[in-house]
Amino acid sequence: MNLFEYVADRWGSLSLQGLLHASAVVQCTIIAAVIGVLVGIAVYRSPLGSALATALASAILTVPSFALIGLLIPILGLGVEPSVTALVLYGLLPIVRNTIVGLGGVDPSITDAAKGIGMSRLGVLSRVELRLAWPAILAGMRVATQLMMGILAIAAYAKGPGLGSEIFSGLVRAGSANSLNQALAGTLGVVILALLLDGIYALIGRYTTSRGIRG
Amino acid sequence: MAENVTTTPLDNADGDAVSGVEIQLNEVTKRYSGQREPAVDSFTMTVPAGNIVVFVGPSGCGKTTTMRMINRLIEPTSGKITIGGEDALSLDPDQLRRRVGYAIQQAGLFPHFTVTQNIAVVPGLLGWDKKKISDRVEEMMDLVGLDPSVFRDRFPRQLSGGQQQRVGVARALAADPPVLLMDEPFGAVDPITRGNLQDELLRLQEELHKTIVFVTHDFDEAVKLGDRIAVLGNQSKILQYDTPDAILANPADDTVAGFVGAGASLKQLTLLRVHEVEMTQAVTAKTSESVEEMRKRIDARGGRPFGLVLDERGRPLRWVHKRDLASGRRLSEAGRPVGDLVSKQSTLQDALEAMLTEGGGVAVTGGRGEYAGVLEMETVMNKIRELREEHGDGADE
Repeated sequence: MNLFEYVADRWGSLSLQGLLHASAVVQCTIIAAVIGVLVGIAVYRSPLGSALATALASAILTVPSFALIGLLIPILGLGVEPSVTALVLYGLLPIVRNTIVGLGGVDPSITDAAKGIGMSRLGVLSRVELRLAWPAILAGMRVATQLMMGILAIAAYAKGPGLGSEIFSGLVRAGSANSLNQALAGTLGVVILALLLDGIYALIGRYTTSRGIRG
Repeated sequence: MAENVTTTPLDNADGDAVSGVEIQLNEVTKRYSGQREPAVDSFTMTVPAGNIVVFVGPSGCGKTTTMRMINRLIEPTSGKITIGGEDALSLDPDQLRRRVGYAIQQAGLFPHFTVTQNIAVVPGLLGWDKKKISDRVEEMMDLVGLDPSVFRDRFPRQLSGGQQQRVGVARALAADPPVLLMDEPFGAVDPITRGNLQDELLRLQEELHKTIVFVTHDFDEAVKLGDRIAVLGNQSKILQYDTPDAILANPADDTVAGFVGAGASLKQLTLLRVHEVEMTQAVTAKTSESVEEMRKRIDARGGRPFGLVLDERGRPLRWVHKRDLASGRRLSEAGRPVGDLVSKQSTLQDALEAMLTEGGGVAVTGGRGEYAGVLEMETVMNKIRELREEHGDGADE
């Protein structure tokens, strides 16, 4: 059985795993984005806070994903919880950093004008600052998504959802029938999903960024 | 501009009087923690309703801080500010700012908003309905000289610096605030555009009669725009608060004099328009008339042997000396062409410049370019002398 035959044969379970994989990554990106943007908003005005938040998020990223997931299992058990926690933690750095950079990069004269013509603090943030920082935040989310794609595959170690289980069981059974096909199918699936999501990001960027600030 | 010289305050669509209101600052002080000296020390001033008052002074003197306390972008440490009799410090700052127009250097436009959206921000914050907002946006764009059909959907980056400033002014005026604060709004554009924008602002002000507080470090700009100028020193100390005329003619002290700079008399000429001084009449003839006719008129008039040839629509064409009027020549070829003209609306400074080019009197034209008279050098000299004597007396009182 070659790879194509294998994929055709297992299409049902592969496509389900793929869907779960993509869905988990998208959901984790959204959670990471909400947390990351809130953290970014909380710290961007203070240089110390920004440095701390960035350093902390970087520190998380330096922990090897395999180790982090392993460490989370005793606390959160197996399955979805450790996987989601790990993904969200890894996704924070690009989002927090880009939020800080994006909000910090807004021309002070624009926020001064916004305030000066009577926008409330919340109005300035939501209608001006976040709108202007949006391309940067979205870029952070894009990087986070790509990171998570790979890391979720490793989360299969904690019985997480997605294509990782294909890769793992293929590798575990190395040498036996279809083991290589199984691992390859899982890996290629991750790559293809990553490319697809990246394309979707490009579209989202296009339709959610004002023409006035689109590069 | 010429048509609007004597307009009274116009009413807007709602029938509200557009006139500005008086601003009073009383012993307003700003102290920053950690600094021994206050940034603004006990600033007291009345800005009369409907006037442009220009704060002018060196960088860091506190003029911008003072202005920003009026709309509470900076909270005063102590003192009292009233706008149209209302205590500004007891209002909600956001509500206050929606009623005080604010325009800044480089416009501060929202780059992700179109021109329309930018202008519509304050009316939107005030909860106007959509129809009223879109009408108002069109009106504002017309007012600042931007064609709505061209610029409505453009983004700020698709505009030139001058156009951005216009949108900035339109945005500041959109909710029809009685008071307008302008912080070096024309500081970042080239000198020609800057001059145009200044002219536009004066034209707008003739229609709207807002109370405008304008901050600049450019004394020439202050002279051109201000009904009154406040020359500020360190800690926003008022060194002199008077009309441009009076400050130019009679600076309060050496610091003000230094700031006024060289050429005060020349600057004074920018305050006067040609129609405000007396013109003389030259001997004129149309191109269709004969040289003999013109010579006769020059002889009959006595005086200097010069005349001005006008075209069929009455526009000045050529200067002729009596000796140019030999028989047989045509008036359209005699003498030399008129080099430089000024209109009745030109400043005396422009007129003087033209006189230097022309080497004597300069022809003045009316609204459609038709001959209106001749302005002589002596007239200008006399006017300056007159002004100086006037304000000199004032200072002794």
